[in-house]
Amino acid sequence: MATTSKQVEPKKRKKKVSADYVAPAPWTVKNACKHGDILTKISFVIFGVSNLARKQIVKGILLLAVEALYVLYMVTTGATAIDKLINGLYGTKAEQVFVNGLPVQSQEEYSVTILLYGVAAFFFTVCFVWFWTVNVRSAYKAQYLKETQGRAPGFLDDILDLKDGRAYVSMLFLPILGILIFTILPLIFMISMAFTSYDSGHSSHFRWVGLANFKTVLSDNGGQVNIHQFMSVLAWTLIWAFFATFLNYFLGMFIAMVINRKTTKFKNFWRGVFSLSIAVPQFVSLLVMHSMLQPEGAINRLLRSWGWIQGSLPFFTNATWARVTVIVINLWVGIPFTIMQVTGILQNIPTDLYEAADLDGANWWQKFRNITMPYMIFVTTPYLITTFTGNVNNFNVIYLLSGGDPTPVGASAGKTDLLITWLYKLTVDKYDYNIGAVIGIFTFIVLAVVSLLTYRNSGSYKNEEGFR
Amino acid sequence: MSRKSNSEYSDKAGKGLHNAHTRRVVADVLSYVLLTVLGIIWVMPIVWVLLESFNANTSPYQPTFFPTEYTLNNYNMLFTDKTIMDFGQMFLRTFIIACFVCVISVTFVLLVAYCMSRMRFRFRKPFMNIVLVLGMFPGIMSVVAIYFILKAMNLTSGNMTVIALILVYSAGTGAGFYMMKGYMDTIPNSLDEAAMLDGCTRWQVFTKIILPICRPMIVYQAITGFLTPWLDFVMAKAICRTQDQWTVALGLWNMLQKEYIQNFYARFAAAAVVVSVPIAILFMVMQRFYQESMSGSVKG
Repeated sequence: MATTSKQVEPKKRKKKVSADYVAPAPWTVKNACKHGDILTKISFVIFGVSNLARKQIVKGILLLAVEALYVLYMVTTGATAIDKLINGLYGTKAEQVFVNGLPVQSQEEYSVTILLYGVAAFFFTVCFVWFWTVNVRSAYKAQYLKETQGRAPGFLDDILDLKDGRAYVSMLFLPILGILIFTILPLIFMISMAFTSYDSGHSSHFRWVGLANFKTVLSDNGGQVNIHQFMSVLAWTLIWAFFATFLNYFLGMFIAMVINRKTTKFKNFWRGVFSLSIAVPQFVSLLVMHSMLQPEGAINRLLRSWGWIQGSLPFFTNATWARVTVIVINLWVGIPFTIMQVTGILQNIPTDLYEAADLDGANWWQKFRNITMPYMIFVTTPYLITTFTGNVNNFNVIYLLSGGDPTPVGASAGKTDLLITWLYKLTVDKYDYNIGAVIGIFTFIVLAVVSLLTYRNSGSYKNEEGFR
Repeated sequence: MSRKSNSEYSDKAGKGLHNAHTRRVVADVLSYVLLTVLGIIWVMPIVWVLLESFNANTSPYQPTFFPTEYTLNNYNMLFTDKTIMDFGQMFLRTFIIACFVCVISVTFVLLVAYCMSRMRFRFRKPFMNIVLVLGMFPGIMSVVAIYFILKAMNLTSGNMTVIALILVYSAGTGAGFYMMKGYMDTIPNSLDEAAMLDGCTRWQVFTKIILPICRPMIVYQAITGFLTPWLDFVMAKAICRTQDQWTVALGLWNMLQKEYIQNFYARFAAAAVVVSVPIAILFMVMQRFYQESMSGSVKG
């Protein structure tokens, strides 16, 4: 069977080749244009002809079927959807009804539907263009193999290849399909909203406005959404994410190490105690905490009955108190998860490293700094980055615990509001989808800058096989 | 440092035994005290919920920290009183969703992680970067869009919301492969090579070699997958519009809203306990696997 790497002629001057390097196959779109015979050229327009001619019947039919489906789709709905998207964003003017902050569709065609179907049609077209390259390469591959090896592999060979050499195709198909439809498509849809005038006043009658929404967020315009509001929410988001991530990580690792000590008895019992709180759904414990920390809640009453305080502690009414409270409560929520994650990895550290260190007379701090930490950082850098991004996007803790309170009068965001809860309030409470989308994009930019920088500099990216 | 090593060597010779022994006992005591204090902090709110669920006084904001009178009535009402909320139905629905999501998400994550860790193809690095970038978009942003996509698929009416929720919770899970990949990266490549020399295909290497070794991580992934539907209420709130579509999370959340809280506060605690039971059982079963195989990807 011809796998990609075997087919390639060696290059004359070898560049530095990383372990990851996969040589390009000779069946590229470019080569197909240059060397393709007449059948391959016909396949540029009618999919699968080249494959059919080389007796790859099933493959050829499949390629043709996809083309037929796409053409059918474009003729029936796709073309009009794209046309509406570009030229006429005319929803009917009727009042739109909202339930839970989401527009309810009735018979009339609202702008949001036009936008969604338009974006979907556009999305399918992009996929189709990609599929065209697949088809062209497949056509040329059939021709190439027929010429060089006398026959093109049949359908059965392809199936066998999917089990072994190109197993990644069969393995990744469904996961990637899921990601495409339920992650990427909605994202494109929402991003395109940032460039429209789709807010509470334009639920059915909106147009493209370019960068106007970005200007609203980044200028001092006296409205509810302005640069000052944005900067203060952004600053708090970063502070929150930093403390929530690293306090959780180090305290969790510390507790896990204390439990893991050789002389600590009842290890399972202690782990059980800490993992007990995982069994309680997070939002339940958060709601309970929320009610316990109210001015008249259980904790204030308890402290008052002990005579420790006179009035109620301002857990969610004073900005600083509220901020510290959410970070501390988040420790309670997050540390059990960290312990769970970290315990296994701690036990995975090769024991001979520690034995060697013992022989050299290292104390526990030296062992921690020179063996435990490098290993942990190596294995868990991706985890740390996901936790950090997860915390910037930590909707549940903030929304359920403090609801963003305390909120100054007339402001659109409270003192503990993260970008993400602010976004939620703007879209769900105020229906300002365009501003919400802009905030979402800014959140993304913040995360992208922070995590790409750290990830690219981390050991586990540069040297994947370092501890193998 | 050198002084310490001296003492350790002399310890083995029998001289400084007392010193090292005392130090270890002090460290032991300190760690037990620490663990006990922290343990109480972690267990306290759970005990409170448990006791509150038996509280005879069902209104919120009571004068004492722990309830004074106990009754089983809250549990009874939770399952028999279907006039306002049918909790049993919600529970069953969430359980079904959770099972499917658990299986699908574990499968997806394993497949993607294996490809990224073991196979080399041109789309690999771009894919890893794309997934990283996608993870940085706030998920809340796409709630509205996902609702409309599901509506276009006719999945938002009646009992179809169950399928809708399964799709929503599991479709994107392939993107969460990083932790699993990190674990697979610690498995020696020589195992794969040996198996392939013996004639295994990539798929067979995956199912026969890698899967058994990854058991601890699978457990972790299974727990996360199973928990998703119980924990999420934002997505559920957007998709399930009527009460007969609610998941447990949505029901619990609503019990603490203004309309219900006066009568449902103790019942909320009871519901919280009931929800935690399947999760706790599952968790304990899996914990056994988890610790068993946590002592390293490959031993020796």
